[in-house]
Amino acid sequence: MKKTGLKTNDLILQTITKIVLFIVIIFSFHLFFAGHNAPGGGFIGGLITSGAIVLLLIAFDVKTVKAILPINYVKVAAFGLLIAILSGIGSFLFGVPFLSHTHGHVHIPVLGDTHLATAVIFDLGVYFVVVGVTMTIIQTIGETE
Amino acid sequence: MNNNIIILPIIIPMITAVLLIFFNKQEKVQKYLSAVSSVINIGISVFLVHYVHTNGIISLEVGDWKAPFGIVLVADMYAILLVLTANIIVFACLLFSYKIVDYNRSKFFYYSGVMFLLTGVSGAFLTGDLFNLFVFYEVMLMSSYFLIVHGNSKPQLRETIKYILVNVISSALFVISVAFLYAVTGTLNMADLSLRVAELGSSGIIAAISIMYLIVFGLKGAIFPLFFWMPGSYQAPPAAVTALFGALLTKVGVYSITRVFTLIFLQDIAFTHTFIAWLAVLTIIFGVIGAISFSDIKQIVIYNILTGVGVILFGVSTMTESGLEGSVYYMIHDMIIKGLLFLLVGIVFSITGTTNLDKFSGLIKKYPTLGWMFFIAALALAGIPPLSGFIGKLKIVQGGFEQGEFVLAFAVLLSSLLVLYSVMKIFINGFWGEEKIPQVLETSQVKSLYVPAAFLLALSLFYGLGTEFISSYIKQAEQVLLSPDLYIEAVLKE
Repeated sequence: MKKTGLKTNDLILQTITKIVLFIVIIFSFHLFFAGHNAPGGGFIGGLITSGAIVLLLIAFDVKTVKAILPINYVKVAAFGLLIAILSGIGSFLFGVPFLSHTHGHVHIPVLGDTHLATAVIFDLGVYFVVVGVTMTIIQTIGETE
Repeated sequence: MNNNIIILPIIIPMITAVLLIFFNKQEKVQKYLSAVSSVINIGISVFLVHYVHTNGIISLEVGDWKAPFGIVLVADMYAILLVLTANIIVFACLLFSYKIVDYNRSKFFYYSGVMFLLTGVSGAFLTGDLFNLFVFYEVMLMSSYFLIVHGNSKPQLRETIKYILVNVISSALFVISVAFLYAVTGTLNMADLSLRVAELGSSGIIAAISIMYLIVFGLKGAIFPLFFWMPGSYQAPPAAVTALFGALLTKVGVYSITRVFTLIFLQDIAFTHTFIAWLAVLTIIFGVIGAISFSDIKQIVIYNILTGVGVILFGVSTMTESGLEGSVYYMIHDMIIKGLLFLLVGIVFSITGTTNLDKFSGLIKKYPTLGWMFFIAALALAGIPPLSGFIGKLKIVQGGFEQGEFVLAFAVLLSSLLVLYSVMKIFINGFWGEEKIPQVLETSQVKSLYVPAAFLLALSLFYGLGTEFISSYIKQAEQVLLSPDLYIEAVLKE
């Protein structure tokens, strides 16, 4: 990322990143869904996803990553916030106190008997907020060089 | 019965703020959306005031977790009146911002910042849980960090560093105090705390913790030894932001002191409340000295915040019926009048391009409306009888006399004279005298700036002249402060 004059050779890093990136992101999804009952959840999932993007930033550079992922991260954070608030507002429709949650077992064709909780919707909001905020911070610091 | 409506004053500004992030490039959407949401919010707050007036305190157990284990939001009359006032101030400041904040600044999420600030402030007023109070303080402070640095001018950057440093330290202290109290009592629900602390009886550790809370809230509310950060920080940002800060932020600190010292820390009134009384009077004295010594109109008004904070706290420290009633009256008056004065200072600044009294004079010839608006605001600030500051100060001093604190109560009375002098100085030097205006703004441009100020002035006049109408609401707020049992019963529903 720095202009040192020397051309650094990061072929190994770049090649590995291309593979590891997907493993990291899938792991972050796994952690996201593990949440609520086991360690994990939106915050950790979001951090690991942003970790994957940061790995991409280190292996390549800010410009390349922007070309691959043309996302405005501020809007991602705002989108996450909106989901989180709306998940709370759902309580108005059901006449229960704000942010109340419920859960139950649903039979889904491929996955079989699945435990679903409304807290996941809120957690999805958290996930987006964490990705959005982390990446906004890292990008702003990275860009000013 | 489901009391979800209490959450609305907190989430409506929050949703608005989030939506405004998406529309940061469309100036028109920003303005209409924020104005509409602000009006809706005022409507809901008015309804809530009415609802609490007829049905008594309402509380909401968020997420259906029963109190005292979950977080509760509590709307008693004091909190909801302050939420209403805060919403009105924000509305006026938004109207003012529409005229003075240009596109280059508004596209960087200015209006979102204002709305997030309102979220934090309303939340801090409504929450019934100490840790949740800390969370809302943080929401409020984050937005204030953002607003104070917004615009990137040199003094703003300098003052922001100090402001953040002071507030980060006090936030850390806040969490430490919360942890201490939790370690001693095992709960953070304010109503439950009140019971548990009462069971513990008068002990040294509770007294020590109560003083820690006084320091934490005193730093935010700018009371005597802890106000050092305020004059500089409030000087830096533009008028609309200073109006928000001056009217809302310090008042949240004062509200928290009031809440904590009328609900929880009641064991050692002879020590804690006398201590607060002395600090309050010292705050008044230092505020008055500052206000008289400066010839910068913004600084004069900023130091008058100190005086206002001191007067309110003195009312609280008396712990008498009239003292508490007066502090509620004066709190709402002070929010309105400080917002108004800062907006007027903002208008003067956009006319003259300076806030230094030596550089301009004779404004009243060209801008008579502005002059008379300032005059009435100054009289109301000092508490001249029919206007809004009078009744509050009267009750507070009465409370002081009832407690036998004659010296301190006289100090409060005398401060009114000096406050009057400090603002009349602005009027005499800035508005009278030879006409000397460094730059001249078209009168038509200025007129649109009058609207929000006139709105607040009308409200202040109504508040003063319509005391009869308001008194039953204020009375209800004071009763909860005086007898914590009402609050505890409403929250724990025993």
